[in-house]
Amino acid sequence: MIEIDRITKVYGDTTVVDAVSMTVDTGTITAIVGTSGSGKTTLLRMINRLVEPSSGEVRINGEPTRDTAPHLLRRRIGYAIQGHGLFPHHTVARNIAAVPRLLGWPRYRIAARVDELLGLFGLDPAEFRDRYPQDLSGGQQQRVGVARALASRPDLLLMDEPFGALDPIIRARAQQDLRAIQQKLGSTIMIVTHDMDEAMSLGDRVGVMDGGRLVQYAPPQEIVARPATPFVAEMVGEAERPLRFLSLIPLRDLVEPGEAEGAPLSDAASLRDALSACLRSGRDAVPVTRDGAPMGRVTLAALRREAARCP
Amino acid sequence: MSLRSGLSPPGLLFAVLGLGAMALPFATLSANRIVAGQGLALWQVAGPWATAAALAAMALALGLGLRGGWPWARLLGSLLGLGALLGLLGHAAPRLLAEAGEFARVSPAAGAWCLLLVFMMLMADALSVLRPGPWLRLGLLAGALALLAALFASGLLADLSVFQEYRARIEGFQRAAARHVALALGSLLAAGLIGFPLGILCQRRASLRAVAIPVLSFLQTIPSLAMFGIMIPLLSWVAASVPGARELGIAGIGFAPAFLALLLYSLLPVVANTVAGLDAAPRAAVEAARGMGMTPAQRLRSVELPLALPVILAGLRIVLVQNIGLAVIAGLIGGGGFGTFVFQGLNQTATDLILLGALPTVALALVAAILMDIMVDLTRHSPGEAR
Amino acid sequence: MPVSYGTLLRAGLALLLLALVLWPQGFAPVFAPFAPEGGPVIYTRASLLSLSLGHLGLVAVATLASTVVAVLLAILVTRPAGAAFRPLSRTLTNVGQTFPPVAVLALAVPVLGFGTGPTLVALFLYGLLPIFENAMTALSTLPPRTMEAARGIGLNRWQQLWQVELPLAAPVMLAGIRLSAVIGLGTATIGSTVAARTLGEVIIAGLLTSNTAFVLQGGLIVGLFAVLIYDALVQLERRLTPGRPRPA
Repeated sequence: MIEIDRITKVYGDTTVVDAVSMTVDTGTITAIVGTSGSGKTTLLRMINRLVEPSSGEVRINGEPTRDTAPHLLRRRIGYAIQGHGLFPHHTVARNIAAVPRLLGWPRYRIAARVDELLGLFGLDPAEFRDRYPQDLSGGQQQRVGVARALASRPDLLLMDEPFGALDPIIRARAQQDLRAIQQKLGSTIMIVTHDMDEAMSLGDRVGVMDGGRLVQYAPPQEIVARPATPFVAEMVGEAERPLRFLSLIPLRDLVEPGEAEGAPLSDAASLRDALSACLRSGRDAVPVTRDGAPMGRVTLAALRREAARCP
Repeated sequence: MSLRSGLSPPGLLFAVLGLGAMALPFATLSANRIVAGQGLALWQVAGPWATAAALAAMALALGLGLRGGWPWARLLGSLLGLGALLGLLGHAAPRLLAEAGEFARVSPAAGAWCLLLVFMMLMADALSVLRPGPWLRLGLLAGALALLAALFASGLLADLSVFQEYRARIEGFQRAAARHVALALGSLLAAGLIGFPLGILCQRRASLRAVAIPVLSFLQTIPSLAMFGIMIPLLSWVAASVPGARELGIAGIGFAPAFLALLLYSLLPVVANTVAGLDAAPRAAVEAARGMGMTPAQRLRSVELPLALPVILAGLRIVLVQNIGLAVIAGLIGGGGFGTFVFQGLNQTATDLILLGALPTVALALVAAILMDIMVDLTRHSPGEAR
Repeated sequence: MPVSYGTLLRAGLALLLLALVLWPQGFAPVFAPFAPEGGPVIYTRASLLSLSLGHLGLVAVATLASTVVAVLLAILVTRPAGAAFRPLSRTLTNVGQTFPPVAVLALAVPVLGFGTGPTLVALFLYGLLPIFENAMTALSTLPPRTMEAARGIGLNRWQQLWQVELPLAAPVMLAGIRLSAVIGLGTATIGSTVAARTLGEVIIAGLLTSNTAFVLQGGLIVGLFAVLIYDALVQLERRLTPGRPRPA
């Protein structure tokens, strides 16, 4: 568990981060979202002490980060940044091995870990181990960057706009992969982004920063349903709020007995997917299946009722 | 692409220049090493068969250079041309000397030098189209040096005036060579020992950089003769007033002032390139290194320096080539080196003595430049750039 | 705006230089301790003014000639018709710059004899390289979008060259000219070993007669000229680059 306690950063007369407190549960993803200059990156960099807080403290599993030398602290915390920051003069394997080498792991253990991570990120170890970063595609570089950050099984993974340099399609893939890997490894992740869609789709909880303050910190549904300030509402997008709301609820929550025509949807798909399917095919209901077996249906009327619950 | 096929415009230029050069006096025959000699045309220096063979080979060489598409053939052509040129010179010299007086000298004249230049340019053009990788370049350099050594050892050129001049002072030549290399390499080493840490500090501290770089640039603008000259009173004073300095070999004349002047000239390229190299390391990589918990020393050693190495080596290349050239001036202040011959030759108006000093200096600078370029390429990490 | 230290320093150095050249006797007490017993303190075999003018004139003529030829060559090589010469010219400038200026000077003597001739030729040949290199780099690395726009608004080739390419390349070319001029000032000094009438004469005379006063006097004047000319050209470069194009 990561506890951030009234952490503040002041540069001269400017308060960049203003008494932010939040708790991040182990094994969850927290997305910090805000405009540029909102202090979100400074907040992240104070956690691994790349920026020293002016006041306040951070505790990882109850232990204040101040008690550890910064470079030793950072070896326990993964860090992935926009533009991946891979070392151009080291191979993929040597890049991923960077922190384990700093920690003095034995060579066989490092080699095994490198291959394990490459496999996990869908990169064939035999093919990619000895390549140099500039021989990889943007998406592959980014995956190696995240693999490097996870190499030493850190207590916490900090990510600063990790997907910022990727094009939209590769970006969506990278987000899905990150979700899958986080669930498989049970990692604790804090990710900073300026993209509300990314925050919503990745975060178990979303923190919205504005002018150095944390204005709302809540699960995505609540951010959409009850934006704490006009700024949060604007970030969510007033006109899109009902659609965002529907996109956060799976079909299984609204399925009712009955039959419907046409192609079925999985129960894990969102209400927004169902609405889209209805509109596209002119149906009033779509059949829902679980693992391929019919489960019931979701009607357009039910979707409307649900959307209306969004204030 | 026009570079790949058809007529090569540079090749055409070389052919025209080469034919023109054949019309110039090919060799000079003079009564002794000081007086001006008499120019001999290409067809006057040797018998008809030798002349015809050499002419045919040179014409073929120029002809091979005409085709744009075959860089290897053009390289071969340049070697053929050089071989024919040197062969004719070597063949002609003893013949001409046999008919002349005891102190007579034969030396290459404008035509031979121009032909040498034309074939060298043909070689340079072929190589610049071939773009050999670093290892191939190293091989080519080794091959060229081996050929040159074999040529000297064969005695083919032994009757040329420069080589007679060399034989008259073998020991002095070796001493000058050793001193020249010691001056150039020694000052490079010292500049590295001082400039390298200074560069790292300058990159970290903007205030130090704002002072150091302008001061060092200022030193670079001082004309070399003035710099060497000013070192003399400075070091005489040190030798006279600092106890023990004289015992260390510090004196106003000789090695010490030359060494110090070269060192001062060397500092700017070393410091400026160290700063530029460290600045050019990708910011994201340095940031990531910090974020993953590397100490400043680890970051410098395993990320910043390896990435800066090609730029730092490029700075050392500038220094080495510059120092080899500037070390000639040491000859004026009793510092030794090849400059001794150059300035003696200028004083005595003995052309061959000037060449005996200038040619090895040029060759040394060229070899140093090629070697350093190869090292720079080998330390580049992206294979795309190394090609 | 208050007068900056830089301006004050420049004015001070220029005044010192003028005094050293025009009124050398005034510095006799300064140089006296360096002269040998009873030897001359101030160089009087030739007027320092005429040596200075000869020195500067030599460098100016050579640099001007180098500039004209080098820029013309660079323009030719960067046109499509001259493309075949580009690899060669790159190699030649690279190789040429490894030739020590002193060696170029010394090698010119057998061909041209002693005097101003070989010095001028050596200065010209050696001066070509930095200017050509910079001009070629500048002309072949112009922002492609600007060139696209120049074509797009309908400039013909000459107009592109005159109105876009040369003005954009000017600061980098000027940096090459500055390099040439500074190297030229240094090489011209050495030119007095082949009997060119330059300020090097004073230093050489000092070296030959072990008269450190001469060495210092000549060295100081040449050094001041070099530093002030270098500085003036740097200022000119700054003037020529008013609003640097902002990154898009």
